[in-house]
Amino acid sequence: MSLFDFIRKPRQPKSAQTAKDRLQILLAHERSREGGPEADYLPMLQADIVAAIRKYVAIGDKDVEVRMERGDQMSSLEINIELPKTPAPKAG
Amino acid sequence: MTTEAKNNPPLGRVIVITSGKGGVGKTTSSAAISAGLAKKGFRTVVIDFDVGLRNLDMIMGCERRVVFDFINVIQGDAKLKQALIKDKRLDTLSILPTSQTRDKDALTKDGVEQILNELKTEFDYIVCDSPAGIERGAQLAMYFADEAVVVTNPEVSSVRDSDRVLGLLSSQTKRAETEGADPIKAQVLITRYDQERVEIGEMMTVDDVLEILAVPLLGVIPESKAILRASNVGTPVVLDGPSAAAEAYEDAVTRLTGTTVEMRIVGERKPGLFQRLFGRTA
Repeated sequence: MSLFDFIRKPRQPKSAQTAKDRLQILLAHERSREGGPEADYLPMLQADIVAAIRKYVAIGDKDVEVRMERGDQMSSLEINIELPKTPAPKAG
Repeated sequence: MTTEAKNNPPLGRVIVITSGKGGVGKTTSSAAISAGLAKKGFRTVVIDFDVGLRNLDMIMGCERRVVFDFINVIQGDAKLKQALIKDKRLDTLSILPTSQTRDKDALTKDGVEQILNELKTEFDYIVCDSPAGIERGAQLAMYFADEAVVVTNPEVSSVRDSDRVLGLLSSQTKRAETEGADPIKAQVLITRYDQERVEIGEMMTVDDVLEILAVPLLGVIPESKAILRASNVGTPVVLDGPSAAAEAYEDAVTRLTGTTVEMRIVGERKPGLFQRLFGRTA
């Protein structure tokens, strides 16, 4: 460590490198999709989840939120389900 | 060099200038590349595929000579010969302007193919200036191409769109759909390159862009004041006096014709101390 390191500002990563990294991650995902446009399955998945939960709990169409986050090492699928305060047992 | 090509049968190569993203320099590059090819003696025609947003005519400086257009020819209202505008500076160069008024559905695949086939019997190079986007006009501009020049700025959205367009070139074109045909020869042309910003890490380098897109490099056009100056006066930049951008385009054109030219990144010359003190002389 140099004697004068303390007066140097912490080095920001160069923005060009950030641009390149972001592009590489994004394009790796975009290219892996077959047949061009994004596999648009999130809305369908959302509808299926709503239908599955409705068998047991009365929830609205908008009570399930599905979110996808793509990362370098891993991607995550976040599913948020809002349940009514007092779950109404389904008749029958 | 100028006359000998004229006696040979026409090469009939179709080159699309495309990018996906708008404003990266497709029309500027179409004008410069077609003028550069014509300057080398190749019989060249440049076609504006941007139906409804005609601009190639202004960049080429022939906006007041447009009588019939591409769409008139497709719809049979005019003959191809009537719509072609001969450039006043280069007798080997012609321009086929697009319609300002019709909507883009006026372009048909059969109509475009017919016109291209007719042009192939007379021209060495047919340069197709694609509209931005990936809609019908852009699809038809690339569909019949033999080669593609993908114009890219060293900037994230432009590179991403170029990647998308490269995907379309290798899947949604005639060569891609024809069994046994060679794929379209796609090359990237990096424009608005600023060596100074690259050096301080504010702009992606040529190598960064090439590593991401993984296609050969046709050339690097530096950010240059000469581009706006040339478009102001309606002159393709290669015909508008010496400039760093013109040199870079000339090199790119030479590579396009199959000759190897060493890749050099020409920068704008900075005025020296002497010039700054005593004003420019040239």
